[in-house]
Parts: sequence; structure tokens; C-alpha cells
Amino acid sequence: MKKVLGLTLAAVMTASLTACGGGKEASAVNNTPAAEAEKDSGAEGSTVKLGVIGPLTGPAATYGIAVQNGADLAVKEINAAGGVDGIMLDLKAEDDENDPEKTINAYNNLKDWGMQMLVGATTSKPCIAVSYETAADNMFQLTPSGSAVECVANDNVFRVCFADPDQGTASAKYIGENKLAEKVAIIYDSSTEYSSGVRESFVKEAPNEGIEIVADEAFTADTNTDFSVQLDKAKEAGAELVFLPIYYQEASVILKQAADKGFDPIFFGCDGMDGILTVENFDKSLAEGLMLLTPFSVTEESSKKFTEDYIAAYGTEPNQFAADAYDAVYAIAAAMKQGGITADMEISDMCEAMKTAMTEISIDGLTGAEMTWNAAGEPNKAPKAAKIVNGIYEMK
Amino acid sequence: MSFLSYLINGISLGSIYAIIALGYTMVYGIARMLNFAHGDIIMVGGFAIFTVVSTMNLPPLLGIFTAVVICTILGVVIERVAYKPLRGASSLAVLITAIGVSYLLQNVALLIFGSNARQFASVVNVPSLKLAGGALSISGVTIVTIVTCLVIMIGLTQFINKTKIGQAMLAVSEDQGAATLMGIDVNRTIAVTFAIGSALAAIAGALLCSTYPSLTPYTGSMPGIKAFVAAVFGGIGSIPGALIGGVLLGVIENLSKAYISSQLSDAIVFSVLIVVLLVRPTGILGKKIMEKV
Repeated sequence: MKKVLGLTLAAVMTASLTACGGGKEASAVNNTPAAEAEKDSGAEGSTVKLGVIGPLTGPAATYGIAVQNGADLAVKEINAAGGVDGIMLDLKAEDDENDPEKTINAYNNLKDWGMQMLVGATTSKPCIAVSYETAADNMFQLTPSGSAVECVANDNVFRVCFADPDQGTASAKYIGENKLAEKVAIIYDSSTEYSSGVRESFVKEAPNEGIEIVADEAFTADTNTDFSVQLDKAKEAGAELVFLPIYYQEASVILKQAADKGFDPIFFGCDGMDGILTVENFDKSLAEGLMLLTPFSVTEESSKKFTEDYIAAYGTEPNQFAADAYDAVYAIAAAMKQGGITADMEISDMCEAMKTAMTEISIDGLTGAEMTWNAAGEPNKAPKAAKIVNGIYEMK
Repeated sequence: MSFLSYLINGISLGSIYAIIALGYTMVYGIARMLNFAHGDIIMVGGFAIFTVVSTMNLPPLLGIFTAVVICTILGVVIERVAYKPLRGASSLAVLITAIGVSYLLQNVALLIFGSNARQFASVVNVPSLKLAGGALSISGVTIVTIVTCLVIMIGLTQFINKTKIGQAMLAVSEDQGAATLMGIDVNRTIAVTFAIGSALAAIAGALLCSTYPSLTPYTGSMPGIKAFVAAVFGGIGSIPGALIGGVLLGVIENLSKAYISSQLSDAIVFSVLIVVLLVRPTGILGKKIMEKV
């Protein structure tokens, strides 16, 4: 029922927008109050509404807030520069608390608001859940950071980050090529698709890189506070490196407990590790030497301007998720240009045009130069790794 | 050597379960109700200590003291407001109320502290013990946990058997009506029980968060459920039973993680519970009591 209502509302809104649309927007890029007012009332006809879904509260809030801010910054920049061929972007974020059920509510709320394309969801499980909704509505979806394989199973969904198997494979390759370790232990969360997916491909790739997996230990969402046994087994097996394809929350506890045990291998994580330096009351010296596969670092030359603007706007340092979302909005803008998107298009027509356009664009983003996409929705870019030195990421 | 290390970690985890289980078992034994909010009182204790020690930078002992006071008051208030009006109501009504209180506490904590996890600075500053030339290392908090658990258990047994109010508790647990006729203030006795149980929860919170240093509004819920299992395992209502149940549960959990599968540890723990209950429906030390249905 809600869906029908949402669709009707969206249709009514689109219709009214078209009705009052005009050619005024081109002149409205200046910040005097009068111009603002004119823009608000007159240029509505050529606004494309982007929805963002992510955990804005809850244990994974760091990701969702970063995605919201990154997308917001990109939208502001694009609008300040005159929009996408004169079409303004409008952004609204909804909270899903990293819960697939709440994601559907968030999606319905955004549709009630008039969303035409979705930037989200931020985390894998919610992303998979919402991808079936967008597929049913044939709405274009670009997830900044939903990395599980199934996230882009439907052909209307694309992503900016690497898929989990690619992260696992890339991690194994990176460890092998840089000769970081031969004996590797894995501690992963068997209750999330993200963690199991990365682990699976890591295990598959490891033998090719001369890596011996000496311990392969799991935990679940219900047992994510005590890692003493897993760490003991890794230590016992003589692991030189512990691979942690998990989120930073648990990783912070693992680092603490390993330090208490006097166990000091190299710890290596994937993109879920991003955010570890933001855990409240976390002793940052524990993360010293931690390596993680990340496509973004604030210390890189190419991300300098973004980092400064981001800090000025939101008061905190951007992380990889912010960069992913920023790139996602720019990718959408590029594809809108390429596909000749207009604000009055039906959601489904817009999706079809965007699907074709995404495979034709190439953008230089924060998370990679010359990013391209294939029709399956997967990005093509080179992986990068960082090491935490003196409390900041240093690109390797 | 690794076996010993797993075993000691298991006993430490089990001791925390045991301290929480003591709270469950006392309240059940005396008030005949399952206080599902018990786990969340642990969380409140954790946040009280975090606020005093990490936010206000005061000494850890003061933090623990504050937590004990806050939790004791909270326990008594919850009993007075939520459970006392239901005395005499069906046990199902009380159970549902307890679950409601549990959610209330979690959500109030969510409102006040938000749901981002905090790294809890350990309140136990005891150096770790190195045995066998450093091959076996027992952390300070593990030792403190095990010792605290034993002290609490012995203290509680003495309290119940030797003091007047302890005797009153025993009487109330046997027969509330008869106890009233003998001049025992049942309401006061039950309030004291809640006070003691909640104070124990505060101490359990300090130890739990010091051992597993991640604090969220949901911190207490899983240990709370496991401790409830431990209480049933050992025979609910029995104080030594809570200790035995808790330690056994912790050891089984850790050993099955170490030697069978780290994924299946919870499944194994709960299977053992089912088997024990099939063989001994009242738990290891539980008394067979005929109850009117």
C-alpha cells in the first residue's frame, strides 16, 4: 500500500515539477538571497532528487554519516558549478541503522519524498535488501560501499567500491607481492556476508601467493566481544600476520586484547577497518602499524582539496566511505550528462538511460583514476593499501 | 600449555557469567520471577563507570562505587515501580514487564549515549601473571574476576545463612504467605534482594567491560542471556549452582571454540544446556520442588 502511495506521490510530484519547470535555472548560480528565492521557486522543474541510505546511528554510523557528508559535499559543489547541464541535484539521507528491514522503510520514505535515483545503501546487507526494491521499481541505484557480491546482482545496481572477492584477492596479492608474511591467520565474522565473502576469496587466492593459512577462526555477532581463543590459536600457530576482514568496531577490541596478550603480528584489514581511529576512547597507539586495503587517504595529494573542504563543512576528517560517496555523486553526474537525463523522465526510463551511460563514462575520482564500469555494475580501478603511522594513514 | 590458557580464559569468562547469574538466581529464588532487565543493569553500571572514569577522569575505585550506588538505586526503583504492583499477578505478566524494562533501559541508554561503541578503559590495574617462563600469561583482570567471583559467592552464602535479613530471604523463598504470618516484611525483603542483585550487576559490569572492552547500550543483553542459561544450568535458585553453571558454561564455550569450531561454540553451549535439562530438569544443583500450576 505504502509503495503504491509512494509511486503515486512521486508521479504527482514529477508531473507538478514538469508543469512549473522552466529555463530559469541557468541564470540562478549566484548566492544573493533574491537569486536563491528565485532558484527555489522557479528552478524546481529541473531538479533531480537523489536519496542516500545508510546507518546514521548505530554501531556502523561512521560509515553512513561519512557517505551522507561525502555525497552532500559533491552535490553542493555540482550545484554551485551550475548543476549537471543546468539540472540541480537535491539530496536527502535516511537512516537504516545497518538493519535490512529498516532499509526498506528508509527506501519507502525516500520514495515518498520523490527520490529518482538512489545513492546507497551504505552497508552490504541493507544494500542487498534494497536492491530488490529498486529492481522492482526499476530505479537506478549506485552504492558507494555495498561490497557484497549480491549487492549488484540486479542490473540496475552499480557500485563504486570493490566487490568483496576482489578485496580478498587483492589483499592476498598485496601481502604476497610485498612479502609481508608467509604464515597468516584469519579472524572473521561468519555472521556477515561482507566478512565471509572477503575471507573466502582470500583463502582461495592465498596458495597462489605463497601464503600459508595457519589459523582460520570465526566469530559471530553474538560473540563479538571475546577474541582470546582466536588470538591464542593464531599466536600458537606462529602467525606473522593476522588478516581481519571485519568492521573496525570488533577490530578495535581485537587489537586491545592482542596487546594485552603480548601478541604483536602485522594486522591487515580491508575497507571495513576504515574508521578504527574514530572509536571513542580507543588507544590509537594500538593501531600503529595496522595495514588496510583502502582506496583513499587524506594524505594523498589528489585528495587534499576534498579533505580541506570536508573538514571545513563537517568538522571531521573524511574517510574512504566519504570518498566513495563523493565519487558516486560525480559518477551519477557524469552519467546523467552522458545519457542526456532530464528531471522529468520517468524513474524507469531514467534508469535505462543511466545503465547504458554508466558503462560509457570514465571519471578521475578520489578512490581511483580513470574509473570505468562494466554492465554488471562492477568498477574497474587499481587497489591501494595504507599503513597507520603516527595515527594517520600513509599510502604504501 | 595452550589448553591451560584456554581453560583459564574459560574460567574467567565463566566467573563473569557466574556473578551475573547470582543476580538472576537470587531474584528468582526469592521473588519467583525472572528479571530479564538484569543484563541491562550491567550495561548501566558499565556506562556509570565509563562516565566517571573516562569522561570525568576520576579514580576507577570511585567509578565502581558510583556504579554500585546507581545500580542499587535503579534496581530498587525498578522493583518498586514495575514489579511490586504486579505482585500476585500471573508470572507471565511479570515476565513481559521485565522484558519491557529491559528494552526501556536499552533505549534510554541509546538516547543518552548514542549507539557508537566506546572503548572501555580497564578499571583493574593488576599486572598479568607469567607462569612457566612466560609461556602461560594470565591477565590481571582474569585473576581479579575469578577472585571476586569466589569472594562474592562465599559472602553471599554467609549473608543468607547468618544474618537476620538473609534468614528472612530464605523464609520468603520457601513460602511468602507463611513468612508474612511470621512477621516478615515480604516487600522489604524482596527490595533488599533486588538491591543486592543490582549491586552485583554493577560489579559484573565493571569486570565484563574490563575484560571485553567494548561498551554499547546492548553490551549487557547477550551476557545476560548466557548468565540466565548458566543459572538454569546450575539449578536456578541455588547460589553454588549459579557459580558452577557459570564457570561450566564459560569453560565449555571457550574449549569448544578452541577445539571444535569457533563458529559453532554457541550452538554447542546451548546443546549442552538441552542435554543437561533432559537428564536433570532442575539443573545440576536444583532442588525438586512441587509447584502448584
